[in-house]
Amino acid sequence: MSLNNEPIESLKILVADDSATDRLILETIVSKAGHVPVGASDGKEAVEAYQREAPDLVLLDVLMPNMGGIEAAKIIRELAKEDVVPIIFLTALNDIQSLVECLESGGDDFIPKPYNQTVLGSKIKAFGRLRRMHRTLLQQKEQIEANNLHLIQEQTVAKQVFDKIAHTGCLNLGNIRHYMSPLAVFNGDILVSEMSPNGSMVVMLGDFTGHGLPAAIGSMPLATTFYGMVRKGFSIPDILREINQKLNEILPVGFFCCAICVDINFKERRLKVWNGGLPEGFLYRLKDDEYELLPSKHLPLGVLSNQSFNGDCDTFQLEEGDRMFMWSDGAFEARNDDGEMYGEERLHNILYQNKGQSDIFDKILSNVQQHIGSSEKDDDMSLVEIEMRDVDIVASVDHLNEKRQGSLADWYMNFDLPETSLREFDPLPLLMNIISEVPGLRAHRTPLYTVLAELYTNALEHGVLGLSSQLKSTPDGFAKYYETRADRLQSLTKGKVSFSLEHFADEKGGLLVIRVKDSGEGFDINRKSKEKGLDAGKVVTIEENDDFFGRGLQLISNLSQKLTLFEPGNEVEVQYRWDIEE
Amino acid sequence: MAITIETQDEHEAIIPDERFDFESVGPFRSCYESLTTVKNNTVAVDFRNTRYIDSSALGMLINAKTYFSDKGIKVKLINANDQIKKIFSISRFDKKFEIL
Repeated sequence: MSLNNEPIESLKILVADDSATDRLILETIVSKAGHVPVGASDGKEAVEAYQREAPDLVLLDVLMPNMGGIEAAKIIRELAKEDVVPIIFLTALNDIQSLVECLESGGDDFIPKPYNQTVLGSKIKAFGRLRRMHRTLLQQKEQIEANNLHLIQEQTVAKQVFDKIAHTGCLNLGNIRHYMSPLAVFNGDILVSEMSPNGSMVVMLGDFTGHGLPAAIGSMPLATTFYGMVRKGFSIPDILREINQKLNEILPVGFFCCAICVDINFKERRLKVWNGGLPEGFLYRLKDDEYELLPSKHLPLGVLSNQSFNGDCDTFQLEEGDRMFMWSDGAFEARNDDGEMYGEERLHNILYQNKGQSDIFDKILSNVQQHIGSSEKDDDMSLVEIEMRDVDIVASVDHLNEKRQGSLADWYMNFDLPETSLREFDPLPLLMNIISEVPGLRAHRTPLYTVLAELYTNALEHGVLGLSSQLKSTPDGFAKYYETRADRLQSLTKGKVSFSLEHFADEKGGLLVIRVKDSGEGFDINRKSKEKGLDAGKVVTIEENDDFFGRGLQLISNLSQKLTLFEPGNEVEVQYRWDIEE
Repeated sequence: MAITIETQDEHEAIIPDERFDFESVGPFRSCYESLTTVKNNTVAVDFRNTRYIDSSALGMLINAKTYFSDKGIKVKLINANDQIKKIFSISRFDKKFEIL
């Protein structure tokens, strides 16, 4: 925008002159230029008028009764504080010393008497512009301050939420030591730990790519998933798979989480480790006085789709006194004043030089901090040490058994499929979803799927559709059987398959009882039993392999503990027992 | 349900899809009946893509074996995952087929 075209902004201008004539001339010039004059006849009046009217610009005669212009300027300056109010002296003085005094007292410029209308108009314009710029700056500054305050408030709230979600879990147990610098939290490091219902301690250290809020935000779904699933007793591969999928779905491309996840069962003295993208962990073996390395074998969480994700862990047998160390690469990247990184080598040196000593953790910490010195800006280190010890664990397992009550343990459900559903609907995914909610059963998904699928097939094909297995004895009959199946299913007008699932939890695992009943006529259990030399009766139990009952029933009876057929042959019960430690 | 045929180094291979169950009955049969020449007189059912089989799959395999044995052709089962191998062993297929 060119200066000539700038919009005329009407300013309020204080005109202070003890000469009524001069004042009138000035006020006229000001009014003509489109501004609003406010008159004052001496310095005191000028100060009062300033307080009352808050003018945009002040024109002050130097020599006035009661209070001179120079003193009035000082007071107005003080009153204005941060606000920029240009003060222009009006003076007939022309000795240099007086002019200097005018400017030093807080004046911005002076105009010699007698007034030149053009010069005065230009100066008012120029100072109006200056004032506008200052006001804009001031507004922006206030805006920035307000934004900053807002941001800090938001961060405080975010931190509170974060601390609640990513709380310390079981990090207060006596055998874990951990350090996370405050900076590390908002740089995307996360440390979570929880006891699982079977007495395992699960600890996960993660490091999200990037810095600040984008890095920290992924911690929320990670922590909630972690705590939710560990408490329900899911295994590490299941938990990692779930977290991987969540992160893969929500994080933008290029954002992911390097992580190391360990599961220590103190009773069995067994360690399982999964490392995806974090520096190798160190496992100290007391007996050999040596370290075993736990290198990264997987891609970080959130990179791969769940189909390609691999949650396989390495398993180690532990002995009392074994210790494990893990850290995020923030430790290597800690810089000193000269910008030199701490580096992997220094860390490894400490580990090897102090092998077997109990204060390695403190030594690493103090060494890194010594390296950083006063330049604390780069401290985003996370460091964890876990010791294989029996103390304290029992108590916490007790309190965990209480927690387990909250998960799906004892339940019962009935599920009926009428002919309309039988035609179109595959009930198995739904049933598998429910079964997968029982943590221990999730690991048994595959055999359970086979059991349910075969039970459903039998109920539907032999029961509801009345197909006979005899048909399947020749290849042509086999094909015919499945053609007939499709035809009869499409024209089905009446039929029902009912599932009833009942689950009982106990301290060792649980028992799932599956009953499937169909609307068919059943078959002659007695005749079949006699042929196989089984005792004829109302109920036939198959506990041994039995070729006669067809491949489906054979599979079911082998994958489960007990299979019972009920008269008149249209109802089957299967008992499936599972244990916590597979 | 795509079932494909591939001539491998040692044999003719039939490769079922992810699920090998009752819906594969027709396609599987027409697939093996379409084979006119069979390398080394051996047909392999290659389960490298298969995650799940049901009991009707077992029937299909028995039928295929019967069909080929009349022609002096051997049927092998290869690349099955652990779960499928378990189903084979429950059904005592290890006595009827060569399972690799």
